[in-house]
Amino acid sequence: MDVIDAMEKEYEKNRFPDFKPGDTIRVHVRVIEGQKERIQVFEGTVIQIRGKGTGKTFTVRKITGGLGVERIFPYHTPSIAKIEVVRRGKTRRAKLFYLRERKGKAAQVKSL
Amino acid sequence: MKGMKGIIGRKLGMTRIFNDKGESVPVTVIEAGPCPVVEVKTKDQHGYDAIQIGFGPLRKKRVNKPMQGHFQKAGVEPTRILREIRVDDASGFEVGSEIKADIFEVGEKVSVTGFSKGKGFQGVVKRWGFGGCGDSHGSKSHRKPGSIGQCATPSRVWKNKKMGGHAGNRRVTVRNLEVVRVDPERNVIAVKGAVPGHTKSYVIVRG
Repeated sequence: MDVIDAMEKEYEKNRFPDFKPGDTIRVHVRVIEGQKERIQVFEGTVIQIRGKGTGKTFTVRKITGGLGVERIFPYHTPSIAKIEVVRRGKTRRAKLFYLRERKGKAAQVKSL
Repeated sequence: MKGMKGIIGRKLGMTRIFNDKGESVPVTVIEAGPCPVVEVKTKDQHGYDAIQIGFGPLRKKRVNKPMQGHFQKAGVEPTRILREIRVDDASGFEVGSEIKADIFEVGEKVSVTGFSKGKGFQGVVKRWGFGGCGDSHGSKSHRKPGSIGQCATPSRVWKNKKMGGHAGNRRVTVRNLEVVRVDPERNVIAVKGAVPGHTKSYVIVRG
């Protein structure tokens, strides 16, 4: 296991500001279209952070046109250019799945 | 086949790493070697070309007299495992030299042989992938094999008919696994995908 841990370390780069579930973040994703590369921004609430090592992922949820959209990002993927923390949220739990059942104002996380 | 090569290793477990494109690749990490060459077999002397290599430390006490002599002749420390690797031309190998993980390159395709995890006595659905029988409409046979043959001719069950029995714990080779990483300093290679056997089990990696 030590060898695997050491190997995973090489792929882990703590390039991002610290964020927690409940925070609103902007994820800048590198998108490759044909030859060109451009940046796409996905803004939403972090509803879960799970895993460790290279398998660590986080889920960002946002509402687009009345529909909930969730995206799961590998935390250490090179295709994330940068992450901005827009707003810190106040939460009492680590996984905010209850937001899925809520609508409108009730689906908001209180600001810190 | 040109320049067949191989090494004995130990499965360390699985993880995922990112490639140049930023894609996540599932890999199995294998501790590969270093393997001392214990014997060189040549066509003239033995009828075929091969090298015998060892892997894994072994306490002196655990080595019996005949094996002691075998290792002493080669001038190498006793190893837990001895395996033969067929090569095209064994004359390039020297007894006592070491085979390391750097015989493989990134991007190369390899075969990995190991002993699959034992599953005990299993039915035909798990062991052979049978579909089983209907579950509803009063069916009483759910995971049964169904008919196992014909009638008066041949009035027996064909040999090798797939039936329930012991599954797993047999020698399995997975071919065409891509080498994703080679780390000669740590004696570690990583291949894309899964490899037979449980963690810490011994495997043979062939080029």
